[in-house]
Amino acid sequence: MDMSQLKQLDPYCYTVPKRPDEERAEVRLYGSRPLLETMDEMVLTQITNVARLPGLVGPAMTMPDAHWGYGFPIGGVAAFDPDEGGIISAGGVGFDISCGIRCLRTNLDLPDAVEAFPRLADELFATIPAGVGEEGNLRLSPHELDQVLLGGAEWAVKQGFGAEADLAFIEEHGKMRGAVPGNVSDLAKKRQRGEMGTLGSGNHYLEVQVVEKIYDPKAAQAFGLHEGQIVVSIHCGSRGLGHQIGTDYLVSLAKAASRLGLTLPDRELACAPLKSPEGQEYLGAMNAAINVALANRQILTHLTRGVFARVIPEARLSTLYDVSHNTCKLEEHVVAGRKRHLYVHRKGATRAFGPGHLALPLDYRAAGQPVIIGGSMGTGSYVLAGMAEGEQRAWSSASHGAGRAMSRKQALKRWRGRELIDELRGQGILIRTKSMRGAAEEAPGAYKDVDEVAEATERAGLARRVAFLRPKVCIKG
Amino acid sequence: MSIDYRYFDHEADIGIEAEGRTLEAAFANAALATFAIMAEPATVIPERRVEVAFEEADAELALVTWLNRLLALARLHGVVFNAFELRREGDRWEGAAWGMPWRPGADRGTEVKGATLTMLKVEQTAKGWRVRCIVDV
Repeated sequence: MDMSQLKQLDPYCYTVPKRPDEERAEVRLYGSRPLLETMDEMVLTQITNVARLPGLVGPAMTMPDAHWGYGFPIGGVAAFDPDEGGIISAGGVGFDISCGIRCLRTNLDLPDAVEAFPRLADELFATIPAGVGEEGNLRLSPHELDQVLLGGAEWAVKQGFGAEADLAFIEEHGKMRGAVPGNVSDLAKKRQRGEMGTLGSGNHYLEVQVVEKIYDPKAAQAFGLHEGQIVVSIHCGSRGLGHQIGTDYLVSLAKAASRLGLTLPDRELACAPLKSPEGQEYLGAMNAAINVALANRQILTHLTRGVFARVIPEARLSTLYDVSHNTCKLEEHVVAGRKRHLYVHRKGATRAFGPGHLALPLDYRAAGQPVIIGGSMGTGSYVLAGMAEGEQRAWSSASHGAGRAMSRKQALKRWRGRELIDELRGQGILIRTKSMRGAAEEAPGAYKDVDEVAEATERAGLARRVAFLRPKVCIKG
Repeated sequence: MSIDYRYFDHEADIGIEAEGRTLEAAFANAALATFAIMAEPATVIPERRVEVAFEEADAELALVTWLNRLLALARLHGVVFNAFELRREGDRWEGAAWGMPWRPGADRGTEVKGATLTMLKVEQTAKGWRVRCIVDV
């Protein structure tokens, strides 16, 4: 990104001064100078487009891991007030609605598990349906699927997938309210028939990791983490149903926008006023997809526990937290000293409520919400905690991943999947995948430096580092 | 129909660009480009035929609808496609795709979640038609 067009507001926040004839809200780009310098120029174009949408409250923002997306940039955050003509945008949520990460802590330390890693890798790979075209064992009737759309992880727990105790550590207590199954097309529902309890492909993964470093001992204690501990992270979303809702509404909202007189700087921003029938219809469908994602991660949690029980019978896995990335949620925020109800779009960004927030489980209320920054399969991931400053700076939002630094096309030219997997095995990281192409596309070198993203997230006042997780076993689609 | 497609850079996803003597042929090549991300076309036997039909007046939105309809049908039938045919009469588009079920153990590519409206373009060229968009993976 050409830094000469930016104005630095503080060491980790930049803006783009408006031209005199330009009608838009402020934009804010969070991150370090080196991260912003390597960002694609399109990030700026896309977030500036978001700043032109009606009913926007405060600035349109990007997180430190932002990269070029479609409609909104990945790492884009924007809040809208329905009473001021605010909109909801399918392009502001994305195709993989509520894609997110479930983090499980175990009662194992590295010496308890290290010899079992090869068998864990093989059994997880055999048990977790992963990769394009792969289906799960669960087949649901149309009525049962509607119950998933309404009940999310709570439905899954009632079916015997996991424990009631998991729900307290999932956003929305595992069940997104406001889901309207009738707003989800038959095609979307049919696509989900064989996809409950599947991982998907691309950047989705299931990793067995070790806590390599603790940054914040107090918060780590609250989250039940210590150095040398084994944890598991599951990254996936709402599968075919979410993809189809994205597909259905991207086109219908793009058409609705022009019908409703909204002039969009980019058709991909496909949106409708929150108070319009079209906006409400998408909101109900999107909430249903959030529930599918929550149920999906709950089922995968259950499958993972089953594998651990077979391989290491004394293992116990409890949910640390479950975060969603691609959402639009109604939240209360303080604007100029006044509480307001805003619809916050986070596309490739994590909710990061600070200490004291009433939505947090009691165990975490003093520390702040766990935030998980998923890194590449060769580097590592971070657990962070939401900060009080994040509320005013970014509606309590933070980074969600390392963020790509290189296109998939470039990565395919540079790496071979087999060689990469062998190289990582040499570093003590076991990869299991059905796709050599996918492995090459997901090469660690194709991602930004996750350490820099996590540090910038902390220094920008969005979420502070609690622990660094090093991958040991990685199941890819 | 001659095969004519390529990929272009997009930071997170994949850009596809296809050409054809006719608009329909360009659309078919765009479909091939999309499915080639998920499976090497040469390894797919076109043994199963699935029909596609939709209505769309806007040619650009028709491209997105065509690709997304194919992705959904592939998922519903548990198949991967490698051959495509499309006809247009006014706003009505009718076609078919051929493919086969996923073989256990075969190397797979990356799942395409959907075709987006980003960098979406349908344009006439001296040789015929060129179409492009970003697909989300």
